[in-house]
Amino acid sequence: MPDASDPTFRNATIAVLVENEAGILARVVGLFSGRGYNIESLTVAPVDAERRLSRITIVTSGTDMVIEQIKAQLDRLVPVHKVSDLTVEGPHLAREMMLIKVVGRGEQRMEALRLADAFRARVVDATTGSFVFEMTGAGDKLDAFIELMRPIGLAEVSRTGVVAIARGARSLQS
Amino acid sequence: MSATAQTTTEARTMNGAEIVLQALKDNGVEVIFGYPGGAVLPLYDALFQQNAIRHILVRHEQAAVHAAEGYARSTGKVGVVLVTSGPGATNAVTGLVDALMDSIPVICLTGQVPTHLIGNDAFQEADTTGITRPATKHNYLVKDINKLAGVVHEAFYVAKSGRPGPVVIDLPKDILIGKGPYTEAPQTEHRSYRPVTEPDPAQIQAAVQLLKRAKRPIVYAGGGVINAGPEASRLLTEFVRMAGMPCTNTLMGLGAYPSSDPQFLGMLGMHGTYEANLAMHGCDVMLNIGARFDDRVTGRLNAFSPASKKIHADIDPSSINKNVKVDVAVVGDAARVLAALLEAWKADDAVQDRAAIAEWWRQIDAWRGTDCLQYRQEGSIIKPQHAVRRLYEITRELGRETFITTEVGQHQMWAAQYFGFEKPNRWMTSGGLGTMGYGLPAAMGVQIGHPDALVIDIAGEASILMNIQEMGTLAQYRLPVKVFILNNEYMGMVRQWQELLHGSRYSESYSASLPDFVKLAESFHAHGIRVTHADQLDAGIREMLAHPGPVIADIAVAKDENCFPMIPSGAAHNEMILAAGQQGGVAGVTDEGKVLV
Repeated sequence: MPDASDPTFRNATIAVLVENEAGILARVVGLFSGRGYNIESLTVAPVDAERRLSRITIVTSGTDMVIEQIKAQLDRLVPVHKVSDLTVEGPHLAREMMLIKVVGRGEQRMEALRLADAFRARVVDATTGSFVFEMTGAGDKLDAFIELMRPIGLAEVSRTGVVAIARGARSLQS
Repeated sequence: MSATAQTTTEARTMNGAEIVLQALKDNGVEVIFGYPGGAVLPLYDALFQQNAIRHILVRHEQAAVHAAEGYARSTGKVGVVLVTSGPGATNAVTGLVDALMDSIPVICLTGQVPTHLIGNDAFQEADTTGITRPATKHNYLVKDINKLAGVVHEAFYVAKSGRPGPVVIDLPKDILIGKGPYTEAPQTEHRSYRPVTEPDPAQIQAAVQLLKRAKRPIVYAGGGVINAGPEASRLLTEFVRMAGMPCTNTLMGLGAYPSSDPQFLGMLGMHGTYEANLAMHGCDVMLNIGARFDDRVTGRLNAFSPASKKIHADIDPSSINKNVKVDVAVVGDAARVLAALLEAWKADDAVQDRAAIAEWWRQIDAWRGTDCLQYRQEGSIIKPQHAVRRLYEITRELGRETFITTEVGQHQMWAAQYFGFEKPNRWMTSGGLGTMGYGLPAAMGVQIGHPDALVIDIAGEASILMNIQEMGTLAQYRLPVKVFILNNEYMGMVRQWQELLHGSRYSESYSASLPDFVKLAESFHAHGIRVTHADQLDAGIREMLAHPGPVIADIAVAKDENCFPMIPSGAAHNEMILAAGQQGGVAGVTDEGKVLV
């Protein structure tokens, strides 16, 4: 449905503050699939136990009109408290965490370690034949590291998807 | 919300079924439509032991939801449904989606297997909340009896506030049997769902600025005006008359503006009037209030009303800028928006360009001169349009309070075109989902809400068979619903599209092996009438209306009549086909147009 030739076509990182209750993730995911919206990444976790709130961060893409629709459709779900398009509502930070397993011996191990150091990836598991690195950063930095590890002995990748927050004093939870 | 409620009131302890019924009573429920089964036996037992709530036993769960819709749409109250788990719930799904598409407040209580069996593929288990999530405005699975009363109260708030819609409450059997506290409806605001009803004054101001300066204005009003209550229709009429503008209604909005008023242009859209569609195409300022620029209304989007500034007032922000980009967006309840528009209009000093508007009316009157709804009733074969027109005229003569429901297809469009509505809530039709089989159960619900009124289901011979079992419900409760079948022995709208778009290859659209509707009526303890000649039509209609009980009037009409005017798929408002003679225009439908339904 999204028309990539439209000049207003863009990515959007949307933060959604929701009731922490059964079925809420299914409501959000079902909304995206049912209406043909794109999900590039989705993360969810409780953020306020006392007020029973969870936060969902969705990276999606579409024309301005479609992104506005996505926001309006999310906002009318009964358990949704707030919806914010971080991409347009001022500057924001977006981070992803990755665990990446590299298998190899000898010089390959040394090269993996050198690159990990340059990328500020931490070694969280090591055997004589493998490393698991932990790395946090913007998605393109993670992509770049994966590409470097590929010829060295990339075995497995696990990524969290994007979490994001607005810069400055503004708060979705206030 | 339920947690706060429990601390504020002294809780009475009762079993889950009693809690549900008490909460229904406290929310003003007088009647529920339902069908029993294993999982809801505790609720039926509690129903048996009380008299405050009446239960109407339908013959199929889909019909229970349509009946609740008919009840809700004609009374303005919330319709309530009670069905069992598994097939009871899945049968209700079509009705729920129907209510969702047409924004009708319905609460559907579904039974569920006991909580400890959920997920075990137990007998008559279905994932009801999973299945109904996209079929409802919201749904609940109650797994804690302490939350039961709060959930029922919240369901009523969700169903009727903002843009109304259906809500499912899934009730495991152990919750219905277990004991717990009853709590009153909380006085606090909902934690997260607080729809905006009061319009932004700046947007109202911007709307008035445009409307006051309009040379070719039009008001396009939809079901949102009906949903906002009769006051919204009164305010709409006051506004349109004061501003001297033409007004058109959507299929869902019929009755929001009196059809006999000279400023009314009739329905717009695919089978709307020539004048309504051309006025939409040619206007310079459009006020859409409570309608959603549906594809049946706009025709081809890139040719829709190309020269106009558009104002869109809707209670649902997601309806705004969904299909059509608008210039002024007003979020709010239709009645509040209209009241604010009236006030701002009167406070504004600008004067209208009366000369330009008079010229606009001359143009509209010229379009009206084509008399796009004309038909010729000649000979003995009854034209379907004539049958509806005579039904309208004769009911008007009788002066009884009249409610019309329909099934879906050609007869539905003819009813919309030829039956006039002066007031809101008198017209019940499946607009968004287009559910064949809607009309008979909906009429049942209307009749329950208005025992003394005349309730007529204008039907087709194909649609009526989709929920014909409800004739049994009519008999059981002595509901004097009149079923007026325009019988052309075809799924008429399918046949029409096959004729116009698929080379007259009538694939599977002939209604073969039809029942004898007179005998069918009689077997259900109703009165049956069959009319085959034009000169018997009036007598048949009068006989139907005079009969005190339920009636099926089977009217044999012309088999090959098409419903015009028509905007073919993928065409613009100004490319409409007026009558059979103009069918050359349909040959121009592109493959892109054929893809559209």
